[in-house]
Amino acid sequence: MQILTRSIPLFITAVAGVVMILSAFFPYTSDWGKFAGQFFNILAAFAFVLGGGNLLKLHLKKISDQRPGWAYSGVVLVCFIVTLFVGLMKIGAYPNPTYPNVHFSGETQGSGSMFWWFYEYVFKPLTSTMFAMLAFYVASAAFRAFRAKNFEAILLLGTAFIVLLGRTFAGVLATGWIPPDSAFSGLRLENLSVYVMQVFNTAGTRAIMIGIALGIASTSMKIILGIDRSFLGSGD
Amino acid sequence: MRMSTIQTTLLATAVCASAGVQVVLGSSTTSWLAPPEAPTNLVANDLPWDGGGTVQIDWTASATPEDQLKGYEILAHELSVTPQEQAVETDEQADRAAAQQTESLLEGEGIAPEDARRQAELSTPTFATPPEDVSEWDSLGIIPAVQTTYQATGLNKDGVYIFKIRAIGLEGEFSAPTAASGEIRPVAAFFNGRKLPLLITLALIAAAVFIFIVLARRGMPMRIRKIAGLEAVDEAVGRATEMGRSILYINGIQDMDDLQTVAGVTVLGHVAKTAAEYDAKIEVPTARSLVMTAARESVQSSYFSAGRPDAYNPDLIYYVTDEQFGFVAYVSGMMTREKPAACFYMGSFFAESLILAETGNSVGAIQIAGTANPSQLPFFVAACDYTLIGEEFFAASAYLSGQPDQLGSLKGQDVGKILVGIVIIIGVTLATLQAITGSDSLEAAVNYLVNVLLGS
Repeated sequence: MQILTRSIPLFITAVAGVVMILSAFFPYTSDWGKFAGQFFNILAAFAFVLGGGNLLKLHLKKISDQRPGWAYSGVVLVCFIVTLFVGLMKIGAYPNPTYPNVHFSGETQGSGSMFWWFYEYVFKPLTSTMFAMLAFYVASAAFRAFRAKNFEAILLLGTAFIVLLGRTFAGVLATGWIPPDSAFSGLRLENLSVYVMQVFNTAGTRAIMIGIALGIASTSMKIILGIDRSFLGSGD
Repeated sequence: MRMSTIQTTLLATAVCASAGVQVVLGSSTTSWLAPPEAPTNLVANDLPWDGGGTVQIDWTASATPEDQLKGYEILAHELSVTPQEQAVETDEQADRAAAQQTESLLEGEGIAPEDARRQAELSTPTFATPPEDVSEWDSLGIIPAVQTTYQATGLNKDGVYIFKIRAIGLEGEFSAPTAASGEIRPVAAFFNGRKLPLLITLALIAAAVFIFIVLARRGMPMRIRKIAGLEAVDEAVGRATEMGRSILYINGIQDMDDLQTVAGVTVLGHVAKTAAEYDAKIEVPTARSLVMTAARESVQSSYFSAGRPDAYNPDLIYYVTDEQFGFVAYVSGMMTREKPAACFYMGSFFAESLILAETGNSVGAIQIAGTANPSQLPFFVAACDYTLIGEEFFAASAYLSGQPDQLGSLKGQDVGKILVGIVIIIGVTLATLQAITGSDSLEAAVNYLVNVLLGS
């Protein structure tokens, strides 16, 4: 079992990792890299069936046990089954013009199909609603983050004040009295905002990016060499 | 004497024609300018040291001044399959294709059929004749008139191409196209030389990591600074145990082909082991089926390692949905209902980061986040108690395990930072000196650094 659960996965990981590196530098091996990538898609396709099965099992169990909130599970299952049925049966899909008499020649997601209708008029509004909530969360998070409780927080507050105000008409108006061609034009809020974003913000972001790139390189090497095998469940 | 309308028109036409201006009467697309001169000396070459699919095209500019041109249009035509290649496909096809040409060879010179066929193949015109009308060619785009060179990318590596260029006047009138270039197959080189600086950098960092791993194995002491977010794992799990509530672990919303997800699974193993030791309940909803499988393996192993295999419940690690906001809706609802005492967000996050972290904050959970998506870091910093920033997140595995091998790799990573620091200092110095002196050679050095070394 050790061979199946440890040695073979580690070998596959090492080979796939080396092939991906080679394909980045040696164009002749680029097809090998694509080939290795296709294996991931195949695995993911199998895992999707596993995920769907897991979803059904858990929610059926929750309904069966009448656990708190089981009604939500009922909604999930009904939506899952109806969407699956509508998609597989291609209900309402227009046949392909080449085969006008064959119902299944149409596209599942083609405009006018029931699957498309569910996507456009149920799924998209729901996801847009969730996304729109972000605006309120940004406000509450900013309120906490900008409290001037220590020196660093005051710096953050001051910087945020400049950047936010510099991007509004009010900011332009507030420092509009500074002549744009004078030696002090850099103190106009809209210019200060750009300066903060282009110099301080870019420097900080790049420092983080460099650290991330090195971290990725080091972690990848550990995984390829089999030094870090915790993702296989080897524990600490 | 008054001239008639017809006379006036004829006179105007004659004047315009003598001035090189074209008038097309009765046409809705009247062009008042003569077509520009065609560019010349078109040369196309396969780009060396590349990954294939790119052709370098050079030409001599049109005699028409640049300010009277809109640009040059690059035209390409992929030559169709050759009779020669068809002949190679099957013997039958080859015999049919070459039959007429081999007949004279066979009868007149007595050459063996196979040799005759081969000779016939070689003498057959290589490619089908391309269309004369350039409107049937593919336009690769219009480039500014100041350019006399172009790299055609995204071509079929196995295809054979010919190219033409034509100038476009300000009113959209085309010059005659150039003569077609030679036949070019944009093949891939064995090694992509443009990536040589990147390969050298990678080799140096890999060598440093490898050397420090070996040194660590030989007993060289490795010290690592404290990472507050990882130190707080025990505190968070302990709090959940004391409050009798669950621990929520979100492994990002990307699949296992994202290294952040792999790093997240690694941290999950440690958190699960601590939870098993404290007898706390850990719940792991996932946005990908493969992540669910990997997370189950990791958590199960941790429970075994903690000596609590009986406490492992695979149903607490489950798949929700691949959809970003569907996943957020489920997790937010679950947080509000169950009020977990500790929330971990370790992996790749996007717009959902703040929604999750703020919801966790509203239910009073202690929150620890780690991600390598720079755009999401401010949200986690604002809403969570501890945040692992970028490289700290990737260092978590080594930090938590404490194994010399893994700590050695972190030291190797530090060598990479030194290298990067040296390159930054050199670059800044060169760019500053160039700005002060205006030196052309310094400018060339800065351009080399930016475009070649960093651009690879």
